[in-house]
Amino acid sequence: MFEPDQKKVELVPQTRNWRERAIMLTLLGASSVAVLTTVGIVASLIFESIQFFRIVPFTDFVFGLHWSPQMAIREDQVGSSGAFGAIPLLVGTLLISAVALTISAPVGLMSAIYLGEYASPKMRSIIKPTLEVLAGIPTVVYGFFAVVVVAPLLRQGGESIGLSVSSESALAAGFVMGIMTIPFVSSISDDAISAVPASLKEAALGLGSTRSEAIKNVIVPAALPGIAGGILLAASRVIGETMIVVMAAGLTAKLTLNPLDAVTTVTVQIVTLLTGDQEFDSPKTLSAFALGLLLFTITLALNVTAIKIVKAYREQYD
Amino acid sequence: MTEMTFQMPDLPKGLAKRHKAEKRFRLMALASVLLGLIFLAVLFINVLTSGADAIRQSKVRLDINLQINDFGGSKGPDIQQLKNANYQGIIKRTIYKNFPEVKSRRDKRGLYRLVSSGAAYELREFVLDDPSKIGTSISIWLPASDDVDMIMKGKVSRTASSDVRRLSDQQMEWLEKLEAEGNLETKFNWTLFSSGDSREPELAGVAAAMVGSLYSIIVCLIISFPLGVMAALYLESFAPKNRFTSFIEVNINNLAAVPSIVFGLLGLAVFLNFFELPRSAPLVGGMVLSLMTMPTIIIAGRVAIQGVPPSIKEAALAEGASPVQAVFHHVLPLAMPGVLTGTIIGTARALGETAPLLMIGMVAFVVDVPKSILDPATALPVQVYLWSDMPEKGFAERTSAAILVLLAFVGLMNLTAVLLRKKFEIRW
Repeated sequence: MFEPDQKKVELVPQTRNWRERAIMLTLLGASSVAVLTTVGIVASLIFESIQFFRIVPFTDFVFGLHWSPQMAIREDQVGSSGAFGAIPLLVGTLLISAVALTISAPVGLMSAIYLGEYASPKMRSIIKPTLEVLAGIPTVVYGFFAVVVVAPLLRQGGESIGLSVSSESALAAGFVMGIMTIPFVSSISDDAISAVPASLKEAALGLGSTRSEAIKNVIVPAALPGIAGGILLAASRVIGETMIVVMAAGLTAKLTLNPLDAVTTVTVQIVTLLTGDQEFDSPKTLSAFALGLLLFTITLALNVTAIKIVKAYREQYD
Repeated sequence: MTEMTFQMPDLPKGLAKRHKAEKRFRLMALASVLLGLIFLAVLFINVLTSGADAIRQSKVRLDINLQINDFGGSKGPDIQQLKNANYQGIIKRTIYKNFPEVKSRRDKRGLYRLVSSGAAYELREFVLDDPSKIGTSISIWLPASDDVDMIMKGKVSRTASSDVRRLSDQQMEWLEKLEAEGNLETKFNWTLFSSGDSREPELAGVAAAMVGSLYSIIVCLIISFPLGVMAALYLESFAPKNRFTSFIEVNINNLAAVPSIVFGLLGLAVFLNFFELPRSAPLVGGMVLSLMTMPTIIIAGRVAIQGVPPSIKEAALAEGASPVQAVFHHVLPLAMPGVLTGTIIGTARALGETAPLLMIGMVAFVVDVPKSILDPATALPVQVYLWSDMPEKGFAERTSAAILVLLAFVGLMNLTAVLLRKKFEIRW
């Protein structure tokens, strides 16, 4: 008679359960690294920023109109105070981002419309990946291009019509950043547009509108939340972008809204403050972390809003 | 019930006008696409034409008589004497012999400046490689100075004023004499690919930066690939639907959009200041990059795992496999092409990343090729950044050349990802 070997039948599942549990815990641990990273970012930024705000009052940092983080190397040096007002940096960042978005938002949206509504499938299959190459180029390459080609061109162009354009103008950095984010805006707009039910477009065409009228009056308004979310995401990318501005924008903080002037940004200052040899506990170094916290907060807010908008909109037609 | 209102949009009157508007709109859309494409073309053409010049480097041929006395007399040189011999003196002597009419010390100095200051090192390498050449006459091509190189490549006009040229009229005469005798030519620039950074453009190369990048990327992959795949597996196949899981998901999505420089700040505060890991090391660079790459891998991995039909997992479960076995033996292998594609794309992005590396000190001036992941190193994109800031004209073309090398690697990786997807993607 066949008698099952009791021991074996029980043993196999038991060791298996044991191993499975260990594997599960490892997997959970791996997933928690993402949480740990966020905690690490927030903790290190806040910890260093608190130390900074012990030396420089929080209000001076957030509302100060003057930025010149030169601290004395020796105790007795003259003019050693240093000013840590972040407003000029924020204005500079926003100015460059505004230039970038005035290029990437319309151009990206119009590219998506062309590829989605007008281009033949074959043309689309060639042009779309080619445009995506723009997103894959390392930003340091854009920075070099801005310095070597775009800035001199703008300067010469400005001179020929009697404008004085700084060689580190917000316009040059912003223009190149705008080009960089075209595929970003265009692919999210593309998603948003193709999520609009075809029946809406067909109804508009059936009522006698031309294609462009259907796009302008029906499709784009219906896809607007998705497009807006995409533009917000692009804005967050542009605000956090570092290399292009480090290479092509200025170093001195200037409170101006003139895109032909040289301005500096939050990221540029973080890089200048932290490259080179510095004492780690000087307010100059610590201020970089306060700027980092500011940058993190702004981009986080933008991302969360954008993701919310995109999600809420997606559910609308599902 | 809410009242439905329909507002007639403002349309131009007349069909002809509306068709014209249609045409205008279509042209504008086409123009937007073209703007992006034209920019891309201009960028590539610019980098290519400028970088192509760095492939060649002007070299001077010298017939050098390596006298035994130069290396410590007749006893036969030991290695120390070979290393410490006065190679600069040997080169000077040889050049002065070619131009016997040059007498004054000032002129001699001007003459020697035509040759790169690194020529002595190259001669030293040559002798150390093959000491049997001592006592014989050799003919060797040594790098010319940056100023000579710019003239030879036509980057600086020969008729420009001596201030612009950075060469005196007399030096130009010597240069042209060397050229006419066939002793000054542009040759393939091996230095660019075999040496590290230098203050002299004619001696600078991308080798150290390439190795630094390679080390960082390897460290980045070793950390981010397994962690990313495991996290994707957990979230997609095992995670219970609870608050902690959705918290992890929100975290991953946000991390993917955090500016790269913030990861650099994290690396500086945690890895360097708290754990006291070495500054400028590819180890730390790779760790920072891995934190940035992980969300990309997780997101791509989840999409790939979602793409595997549930029937496969269910079949495995029905045959008696445990959930872990079903996932590891059946789902993961089928999702692997998608996971790898995402990993390669994420790694290509990490390769081009500069800002976080600046934060952890990988902007060092690195002459020697790093030997381990703890040696001070720099990375290719950082090298581009460093060179782009140099005032010498010779560095401009080298910056473009470094960009070309970087773009080649990034392009190659992305191409691999595309091919991988095309070849192995399974449509269920």
